[in-house]
Amino acid sequence: MSGMTIASPGGLGRQQIADRLAQAFEDGWIVNLGVGMPTLCSNTPIGDRGIIYHAENGVIGYGGVLADGEEDLHLVNAGGQHVSLNPGAAIVNHADSFAIIRSGRIDVTVLGIYEVAANGDFANWKVAGAKGGGIGGAMDLAACAKRVFVILEHTTRDGKPRLLRHCALPVTARGVVTLVATNLGLFEPAGEAFRLREIAPGVTVDQIRAATGAEVIVAENLQVIQVLAG
Amino acid sequence: MAQRTKEIANFADAVRDIPDGSVIAFGGFAYPGTPFNLIQALADQGAKNLTLVANSTGGAAQPRLPDIGLLVERGQVRKVICAFTAATRASDVLPFTKYYESGEVDAELVPQGTLAERLRAAGAGIPAFYTPTAVGTELAEGRETRMFNGREYLIEYALPVDFAFVSAIRADTMGNLQYRRSQRNFNPVMAMAANLTIAEVEQDILPAGAIDPDEVHTSGIFVQRVVKIPPAPIGIWPGKRAPRAGAKS
Repeated sequence: MSGMTIASPGGLGRQQIADRLAQAFEDGWIVNLGVGMPTLCSNTPIGDRGIIYHAENGVIGYGGVLADGEEDLHLVNAGGQHVSLNPGAAIVNHADSFAIIRSGRIDVTVLGIYEVAANGDFANWKVAGAKGGGIGGAMDLAACAKRVFVILEHTTRDGKPRLLRHCALPVTARGVVTLVATNLGLFEPAGEAFRLREIAPGVTVDQIRAATGAEVIVAENLQVIQVLAG
Repeated sequence: MAQRTKEIANFADAVRDIPDGSVIAFGGFAYPGTPFNLIQALADQGAKNLTLVANSTGGAAQPRLPDIGLLVERGQVRKVICAFTAATRASDVLPFTKYYESGEVDAELVPQGTLAERLRAAGAGIPAFYTPTAVGTELAEGRETRMFNGREYLIEYALPVDFAFVSAIRADTMGNLQYRRSQRNFNPVMAMAANLTIAEVEQDILPAGAIDPDEVHTSGIFVQRVVKIPPAPIGIWPGKRAPRAGAKS
């Protein structure tokens, strides 16, 4: 849950990144959460704001991941995790789930990704040198949701930047990303650079510049990310 | 004339006549809705040179369950049409990936919503459609696109299949099906896309009329055979999905 992990010199923990992004959801939004870190957003206590979580497998209106022994074996989210259902939930088949997506009814999709570029392109389905990949629902979501937010560790395990001037990997969609949350901060792709809107506690702008593969513009009213209390 | 029941006594009988070279769709998204018993029966039956249509290629479940990865490992598969030939997390390795990378099994990678809609189209008598999905990506290279209202769309073709294997909670002797929770996923559109659909069902097969017509999710028109899953250990009943090794969340 939120606040369980303490901010390290490397910035925010995984749940804390998700918490920050979840606070960017607006009242009444229909929110699709992708596999991996995005699913952590449904754990964030954001109060009764009328947000509906949509999973690509046709589960509409789910809540947090359930504890051991409380799972419903017939019910999973996009990441295969057993989740709860909120009052007013509905189940549809896969074609109808993607009809909801393709027809533009998803206010935001949150996707876990490999790379994002300053021009809003992103890559999350195929790694370098592979013949195949894992597309899942990401291409449909990226092409059709009203907004695309992405969530990722700022660098690879080898310390290479994942926020780039141009994507090196095959893209999932072009020019669609509007908000990027990493362990180091909250960014907007601004064409040829990333605009740093909020910075993680204990992290410096120089540290971010050194870890980013594109120019970083610091917003005039730069804020420090408020970490949720546990 | 009284309706003949669509109930089949066991899984071996339900898949006995599936020929080599068949195109077969398999429902399921993670565990829910996956026809594990029918897959095991097809592995035992031994049909070869199959083309499989499914969301993923299986193999991620621990302990292993008979997902379609089993058919691949037994050399029964020529090609898989799916949304994942590799895991989304680059550090996870699916058993299927090595068969694909080595060229032993072919694959066609399709965005998930496009896969669902291609099946739905096949079941709805629609030969092709245009979608904005995958425009501007490697998947669209060399393919027909068209502008509608100032936006570019990619043509996609219907995906009819010979057989669909689906999983439901409840059925009647007419083949009407009900799913529970996220068990539904691809199952309804796969049943629509198939010449012959076989459903494995968790509860006793009910007499005609026992399911309220308003509560039927897949009409028996789309379903030719239903089989009740026997109790374990003969029947396969997935338990809770084990957490992935090294999962941090």
